[in-house]
Amino acid sequence: MGEMEQLRKEADALKDQITAARKAVQDTTLEEAAAGVAVVGRVQMKTRKTLRGHLAKIYAMHWATDSKLCVSASQDGKLIVWDSITTNKVNAIPLKSSWVMTCAYAPSGNLVACGGLDNMCSIYNLKGKDGNVKVMRELAAHTGYLSCCRFISDTEIITSSGDCTCILWDIETGTQKTSFAGHQGDCMSLAVSPDFSYFISGACDFTAKLWDIRDGNCRQTFAGHESDINAIGFFPNGQAVITGSDDATCKLYDLRADQELITYQDSSIMCGVTSLAPSLSGRLILAGYDDFNVNIWDSLKAERVGALAGHDNRVSCIGVSADGMACCTGSWDSFLKIWN
Amino acid sequence: MTISTVGKGDWHREQMACFRKMEKVTVAMQDPDMGMKMRNQRLLITVIPHAMTGRDIIDWLIQKYNICDEEALHLGDMLVRYGYIYPLKEPRCLVLQPDECPYRFQTPYFWTSTRWPASELDYAIYLAKKNIRKQGELMDYEKERYSVLNKRINHTWDFVVMQAREQLRASKQRRKADRIVLECQEQAYWLINRPPPGAHNVLDMGLERPNTFSSRVPLNQNSDYYKKEIETCRRALGRNRVKSSICLEGFVKYSEQYQNHDPIMQGCLPSNPWISDDTAHWTMNAQVVPTPTRLRVERWSFSFMELLSDPMGRQEFMTYLEKEFSAENLCFWQACEDIKHGENSKIGEKVEDVYKTFLAPGAVRWVNIDSKTMDKTLEGIKEPHHFVMDDAQMHIYFLMKKDSYPRYLKSDLYKNMLAKAVVPQETKKSVFPFMRRQRHSSPSPAQAVAVATEDDGRIKQAGQAGTNSVAGSQV
Repeated sequence: MGEMEQLRKEADALKDQITAARKAVQDTTLEEAAAGVAVVGRVQMKTRKTLRGHLAKIYAMHWATDSKLCVSASQDGKLIVWDSITTNKVNAIPLKSSWVMTCAYAPSGNLVACGGLDNMCSIYNLKGKDGNVKVMRELAAHTGYLSCCRFISDTEIITSSGDCTCILWDIETGTQKTSFAGHQGDCMSLAVSPDFSYFISGACDFTAKLWDIRDGNCRQTFAGHESDINAIGFFPNGQAVITGSDDATCKLYDLRADQELITYQDSSIMCGVTSLAPSLSGRLILAGYDDFNVNIWDSLKAERVGALAGHDNRVSCIGVSADGMACCTGSWDSFLKIWN
Repeated sequence: MTISTVGKGDWHREQMACFRKMEKVTVAMQDPDMGMKMRNQRLLITVIPHAMTGRDIIDWLIQKYNICDEEALHLGDMLVRYGYIYPLKEPRCLVLQPDECPYRFQTPYFWTSTRWPASELDYAIYLAKKNIRKQGELMDYEKERYSVLNKRINHTWDFVVMQAREQLRASKQRRKADRIVLECQEQAYWLINRPPPGAHNVLDMGLERPNTFSSRVPLNQNSDYYKKEIETCRRALGRNRVKSSICLEGFVKYSEQYQNHDPIMQGCLPSNPWISDDTAHWTMNAQVVPTPTRLRVERWSFSFMELLSDPMGRQEFMTYLEKEFSAENLCFWQACEDIKHGENSKIGEKVEDVYKTFLAPGAVRWVNIDSKTMDKTLEGIKEPHHFVMDDAQMHIYFLMKKDSYPRYLKSDLYKNMLAKAVVPQETKKSVFPFMRRQRHSSPSPAQAVAVATEDDGRIKQAGQAGTNSVAGSQV
């Protein structure tokens, strides 16, 4: 017993030292660092298109890399690929399980993936020989619901799950390549770094973890949130992680400073963040909330500079297209809106 | 009234924020001076006081918030769907009809936020009352639920029946009009809080997230666990941490550099396809074009990764390297990318190919790697896997980045490309003289001021956009 007590004390002492080391590199405030930056001014975006067709709550959406097509998943059991300019449905894929919680578009544009309460990630080939969209693979190994999935290429995909782990799959063989375990709560979302060598995951244990895709190790852990982290994304230069949580705040963690540098919060906002996406330059962060709105934050001044209000229910997903042109929001009111 | 759940760690998280906003609107509607003009409505043979028509509601909303007809209909419809206003003619149809259909305000006693969540006991009493009054003629789904409740809370069933009888007796002593009103209000409340099967459930909060974190007691908190913790902490402590000033400066520089390339902030030329419906921008920036745009060529100078990830950029760089007789570096890098992300089944032959072409002594396109990395790679090739070329690829990547890339940016090839690059003309479509063509999202300051002077109900209204009425219609 005495030994365990000693070890615990040692661990605590090391944690204190880490906290002190982090504090030691805090040599400036956000105000000072961003003092010379011009103010953004009020950003007002309008709905340019409304994508109608889903019959139930939309849980997820993802842009294709061509910035025109996007895929959305709804609990009416359908995965729809939209041509967002014409608002036409390019594909309407019926799903085996209607309890879908996430979807993803491959960078090549050939595949889409989805998953949810069936604990599986289903990969669909959009460019099949006879024109039909069929299930290509069903990746099953998770023991909890699939909360998020993201392609690295046509042969690899990373999934996060309610069983507290993330898995890197080989799509060709349908097997696990690496399992990333360490979170102590359901993993709710993940994002891949711009150079595809790292990914981050946010979980219900209030922390975000940075993982090395190659060796499966957790490189860094970021704490500070007071509730479940629902949304996570990389700052466009790949040097920082932005998280959105049920505690109504978004935080920016810098990978090199190994700590939280900026918090985006406002006393008038008391409901959880469900989704977030940075604009192309990283200057604006668009975050969707439980109160049916999207707030636009100036990332460098930590101020709210706008809002997108137009949904009749919770905004469940948000994405900025690869060329930065437009932002798409999906909501529980079954509509997707394109804003600009 | 706000509904908040006590989240983990005793912190209050607001739910259904829309209720607060809708209650504000309905209270304003019932204001004696500025509120709605209400009248008596005839329902069959009974006169219902304090009722209004759908048309009245819409007109009042238009007048009060200065919004268009469509938006007012949408807003009023939401008030009906969430139970703040209920229809008298067809109680189960929770939709706002913009005509002479009568509606009434729900009393605050029966607001969903007043007693949240609606209790099973209350529902049981309600169904029991209805059962008695209608002598068993409940709707099918109500019969089902009634029997389910009977089983579930059987221990308090005597209480339920007694309460039901008592409430019925008390209501018989009221005037008929009051009794009908109370019945309507109660029915409306339960239509929202216990919707019939198939009806849209506005109170649906989604899948319940299992609260596993606090209930997950850390297992095996023995000495092994702590030893692991200590090891992780030691590694974390040894990490090199960069000063926050340098990090923040990095973000500032990055967003400044990319500001002109961010269409949401700066607009784009020739015009934003989402606003003008003109796809010229995408045509000009397609993967392969005879003449790229200036912004695109500028981006190649931001970072080596930017150059490599643009197919045209990569092609240009290849041309430059060929002139310098070092094109094999880029070819090698591309081949390694293919191994890293390609199919598992082809790894063996791909690695073999790469070895023969780039690494073997006397190879046709031999790449210059330091001996240590070369030895390690050759060893790894014996058992090829996705990352076997990583070290060699990294070495060549940095070689190109430090040496060839800066020289490329100074070369005539790049400079000519930049000079030739197109700066698209802003399309000047003919528009009304008083409407300035918007290149980017923010409207003119004059319009912004007009919006700001409105009653602050606009943006704060449940789920409605703070857009000006001109653009109120959805595309």
